[in-house]
Amino acid sequence: MPCVADWLNNPFSIVQGIFAQNVPNSDWEKKVTEYFKEKLKENNATNWVPSLNDVPVHYLKPNSLVKFRCMVQDMFDPEFYMGVYETVDPNTNARVLHFGKYRDVAECGPQQEIDLNSSQTVTSERQTFYCVPVPGESAWVKEAYISASQARVSPSTSYTPSRHKRSYEEDEDMDLHPSKQKEQHTGSGGDIHGCVEPKRLETEASAGHHLISPNCSPPLDLNFPLPGEKGPACLVKVYESWDSFKVNDVLEVYGILSVDPVLSIVNNEERDSSTLNPVESMDTAEEQRVHSPPASLVPRIHVILAQKLQHINPLLPACLNEEESKTFVSNFMSELSPVRAELLGFLTHALLGDSLAAEYLILHLISTVYARRDVLPLGKFTVNLSGCPRNNIFTEHIYRIIQQLVPASYRLQMTIENMNHSRFIPHKDYAANRLVSGVLQLASNTSLVVDETQLEQGQLDTKGVHNVTALGNLITWQKVDYDFSYHQMEFPCNINVLITSEGRSLLPSDCQVHLQPQIIPPNMEEYMSSLLTAVLPSVLNKFRIYLSLLRLLDYSISEEVTKAVEEDFVEMRKNDPESVTADDLHRTLLVARFLSLSVGQTTLSRERWLRAKQLEALRKARLQQQKCVNGNEL
Amino acid sequence: MSSPASTPSRRRGSKRGRGSNPSTRKSQDARSPPSQKRRTDDSTSTGELQPMPTSPPADLQSPAGPDALFSSPPQFQHSAIPLDFDISSPLTYGTPSSRVEGTPRSGVRGTPVRQRPDLGSVRKARQVDLHSDGPAEDITTEQSLGQKLVIWGTDVNVASCKEKFQRFLQRFIDPVGKEDEDIGLDLNEPRYMQRLEEINMIGEPFLNVNCDHLRSFDENLYRQLICYPQEVIPTFDMAANEIFFDRYPDSILEHQIQVRPYNALKTRNMRSLNPEDIDQLITISGMVIRSSQLIPEMQEAFFKCQVCAFTTRVEIDRGRIAEPSVCKNCNTVHSMALIHNRSMFSDKQMVKLQESPEDMPAGQTPHTVALFAHNDLVDKVQPGDRVNVTGIYRAVPIRVNPRVSSVKSVYKTHIDVIHYRKTDSKRLHGVDEETEQKIFTEERVGMLKELSKKIDIYDRLSSALAPSIYEHEDIKKGILLQLFGGSRKDFTHTGRGNFRAEINILLCGDPGTSKSQLLQYVYNLVPRGQYTSGRGSSAVGLTAYVTKDPETRQLVLQTGALVLSDNGICCIDEFDKMNESTRSVLHEVMEQQTLSIAKAGIICQLNARTSILAAANPIESQWNPKKTTIENIQLPHTLLSRFDLIFLMLDPRDEAYDRRLARHLISLYYQTEEKMEEEYMDMAVLRDYIAYARSYVNPRLSEEAGQTLIEAVTKEMFEEALRALADDDFLTVTGKTVRLL
Repeated sequence: MPCVADWLNNPFSIVQGIFAQNVPNSDWEKKVTEYFKEKLKENNATNWVPSLNDVPVHYLKPNSLVKFRCMVQDMFDPEFYMGVYETVDPNTNARVLHFGKYRDVAECGPQQEIDLNSSQTVTSERQTFYCVPVPGESAWVKEAYISASQARVSPSTSYTPSRHKRSYEEDEDMDLHPSKQKEQHTGSGGDIHGCVEPKRLETEASAGHHLISPNCSPPLDLNFPLPGEKGPACLVKVYESWDSFKVNDVLEVYGILSVDPVLSIVNNEERDSSTLNPVESMDTAEEQRVHSPPASLVPRIHVILAQKLQHINPLLPACLNEEESKTFVSNFMSELSPVRAELLGFLTHALLGDSLAAEYLILHLISTVYARRDVLPLGKFTVNLSGCPRNNIFTEHIYRIIQQLVPASYRLQMTIENMNHSRFIPHKDYAANRLVSGVLQLASNTSLVVDETQLEQGQLDTKGVHNVTALGNLITWQKVDYDFSYHQMEFPCNINVLITSEGRSLLPSDCQVHLQPQIIPPNMEEYMSSLLTAVLPSVLNKFRIYLSLLRLLDYSISEEVTKAVEEDFVEMRKNDPESVTADDLHRTLLVARFLSLSVGQTTLSRERWLRAKQLEALRKARLQQQKCVNGNEL
Repeated sequence: MSSPASTPSRRRGSKRGRGSNPSTRKSQDARSPPSQKRRTDDSTSTGELQPMPTSPPADLQSPAGPDALFSSPPQFQHSAIPLDFDISSPLTYGTPSSRVEGTPRSGVRGTPVRQRPDLGSVRKARQVDLHSDGPAEDITTEQSLGQKLVIWGTDVNVASCKEKFQRFLQRFIDPVGKEDEDIGLDLNEPRYMQRLEEINMIGEPFLNVNCDHLRSFDENLYRQLICYPQEVIPTFDMAANEIFFDRYPDSILEHQIQVRPYNALKTRNMRSLNPEDIDQLITISGMVIRSSQLIPEMQEAFFKCQVCAFTTRVEIDRGRIAEPSVCKNCNTVHSMALIHNRSMFSDKQMVKLQESPEDMPAGQTPHTVALFAHNDLVDKVQPGDRVNVTGIYRAVPIRVNPRVSSVKSVYKTHIDVIHYRKTDSKRLHGVDEETEQKIFTEERVGMLKELSKKIDIYDRLSSALAPSIYEHEDIKKGILLQLFGGSRKDFTHTGRGNFRAEINILLCGDPGTSKSQLLQYVYNLVPRGQYTSGRGSSAVGLTAYVTKDPETRQLVLQTGALVLSDNGICCIDEFDKMNESTRSVLHEVMEQQTLSIAKAGIICQLNARTSILAAANPIESQWNPKKTTIENIQLPHTLLSRFDLIFLMLDPRDEAYDRRLARHLISLYYQTEEKMEEEYMDMAVLRDYIAYARSYVNPRLSEEAGQTLIEAVTKEMFEEALRALADDDFLTVTGKTVRLL
């Protein structure tokens, strides 16, 4: 397909063509986006575009079309650039118009000079986002995207889409010795495939441990929210409607990759001149470093099309409102109940045979903040799973299972050391003029598993207190106050928090479920890991679709049921005014909501309401019982 | 060349000679229309793009025979001219008539001109342009257009502009005159003439001009100022100086008066800056986040010939010094040496301004913009200050490499500061004068007034407050009153000091009665709210503490929640769990509304005019109806008496209530998004309403109401006295809402 190759590999030629045709008026820009939109709509065209997520930067051709699935981590200041400029040949005096859109450097031929005074020059504005891969993205998500990708990157090189991700140290090393780069690649080509798999697994497993041993000051901090993350960070230049994007939004961008080495030269030049003439440079060295890092480490993408993603689950159609995806949804809905039963069984096993806890876990996993009333977020459902065995293995495996089910997750080990030393709240570094990320800067619908079983007695210092407070705020209000040193700014978030603890958690939670193991496996490790291997991949995929899909459904309560619930509540209060409060009603309503959704019903029915009440009653009874037990022990 | 007035014809002749020489350039100039943008570009690029000025050898050769007779090498022309003319004024170029009038620089009055680096960065470039352009323009303007002389590239006619501005200065009488700076000014006299008088007395040669005034006086002049600040402001300077020295011929000033316009209505928000604003006068508000060290910027380099000791001065041209390669006197090559301590420097400082939090759309990070402050404006602001900056927006292309012709297609932008205006000091409930104007447009005020006419406004407002929290109308009303605040009475003359205007409220009640939620809501509603939890806050965190800056070894006062919420509301949750020493800090704050600090050698009293909204649980966590209120709350009397309103939030435990509650809660769970939007709008309205009421309405207690009050107070016992006190404020503020009519 020569045509495909053209717009993929050399989008500039297309843009140039459109530009040349429509030059005097400014609607060439619109035509460019329309052209690419059309191209990408063609069947599976999006799969032909290589993704920066799974192809290392140096395999990609500069100035080719790429896509990138990412989270907006920071927003830099808007910049003005030459939208259209004119070059002049001093000898022949020939003038040529160029476009500056989608470029970092205004290009001109060897014999030409840019005429900065030309009346044709158009100054335009664009916005730069600093984007990182979706934090905590599960391995299966990445794999699924890769297997869907049909992009073959420059067949001349011996590239196969392996998941090898080199660390930036290596990268930098290679930049220093560009001649070495080639041989190193051809040489290591073989063992890339060999060693990738275990290496990746290892990094995942030890993701939590990375927290404890903070990265030994890398040459350039790529500012990932979670420690131990890998992947490309990217400066995404947005040309239109940048106001609609927010920090922490998950985007999929299609754009032109720019890794012009000139960009790095700019850096050095400016740094040199800054020592000579401080007046010239307005920014400090750190700021320079952060805002224009070498293009080989942080590539630039000039966005042609960008869209917010509702979810990052590759098993679901990207947009659920379209016609074809509706059939997908209805097909899946028809086989919903067996999937639910299977999932319930699976989780029951995982939770050592406790079906009630498994039920609540499902509700938790499909919960999402669907609205906010003034300050009150509605739809959050933080579950505190108390009574967990104290050893590390259980909670770790629970996390692994969740990781297998949801597209993005993170396990936060609540140790004194972690609380005191890790960075939870993102804060603004004014010297470098960027938002330094923290653990709590997560994309919507990320599952955060807080492991409180690790917590020992000890002293929290100031930072620790702040971190715990932030975590508490996150759970209660679903917002994080980013620290801008002179003031704080609230960023609403939507994170599912699951707390595992021995006793009642010190963090607030919407509902506490006490685990009652029915079976005590002799070898926990073996038992837990065998669970995952026992599940068929196809079944696992169904679980994944189930959880992601149900989250996106609408829900309502009919007038009739409202009345019934009202009656019920009044009745309950009459019988037991001490223990039934408004909070209980809140919670029961929530449980009822998710319960209905979990079986695919979008309205509350009387049965579901009763079932919700029943679940709540069971749960409370358990807590009561636990209290008694404790009381007796004391 | 040194006396232009006497040699216009010669000069023109020479120009013509030169002008015809490089034909390419001329045609180029003629082709491109004189636009704003072009001139900025010139500033950085002429050197490279126009072959003439940068290549002195070529220049030396190029002038034809007649030229050589009277003009020394053209290069020196460039450097010599600025020395003799008023450099701060662009009017020197191409307008011989204005030059004859005498720019004040000529030294007759002995007041030196001070350069305006804030305007001047482009000066030189234009000069070059005008030299080449000059002839044509001179001829046409002088011969055919006569008086219709305009500055190149603009529609500004110098003479008329100056005249208009002088008229403005002499005649403008501020019709409103509400600004605080006006103290001591007679409102019926021309405002700026009084200012000039002030300058004469104080000796601070800066004239601040409110653009709003200018606009109401002469719309066209205002437009010119906004669009061509670089040309118009020097004209204003000239005008102001002429008036000033006419009136006060004996006055001695450090340098000539500089006009500083402010409050240009062009732009308010950093986000709305766009390429169209480049080179225009803008005003934006924001917060200073970083300021650089002082940078000495060379304005004029002083060269001395090592051979014959001949000296010369060279203007800095865009950060570069054109070092003279040949001594003019003895013709020795490369003999000129820079004498640093005889060169002229000006102060410069880079400041980073960040968008103020209020202007930001939710969910985005704030933008920043670089400012360059010059001379007197250096060190006027500190990090953390909120300022309104008036200045000229600049964009400069970045050159990838001086040797390579490709250019990074991005511009660097900054603002040359002309005027700072701090907004901190006068913030009324977070709504400062400036934003006030923004928020309360005519319709808005109309709407608010309309709203206030409704009889049930009080109920309406209270139900608009935290709609997600069910009932507790009384408490909501109480909080509403707190939001409005009492009137601040000044009893200083009687020696009592300020009378406390803020109302403190304590919410006390059963757990789970959404006290915290109410607090959160209030915290989100008021612009200057602080939220702390009693358990986590220490005395220091509430008040202020002193730290030593590791770099500067300077002691810095860091303010805590109470001081930060000055003029706002400080919400304290879990009040009962606060430890005793922390709570004692509140005593002073709640009654005197100040905070005294004596720490690490810093003794000071900070204003903490904050209302406190506290929430506490009863002593046994559940309200015990058998005990009295006091016993249940268990807070020290001294502290308790400082709360004006104490609300009990109890579970009423009756069926009807439950029913309503259930209905309310369920509605929360299925209401549609749109409806929520509506309610959110209400929150904005509420906020505006409160801000409006606070800033414009000053109620007075009517005689009748006072009478009833006295009766009430005398009748009641201690327990009720508290409530009566509450009533007191109640009435004050009800009076306020009524007065809105």
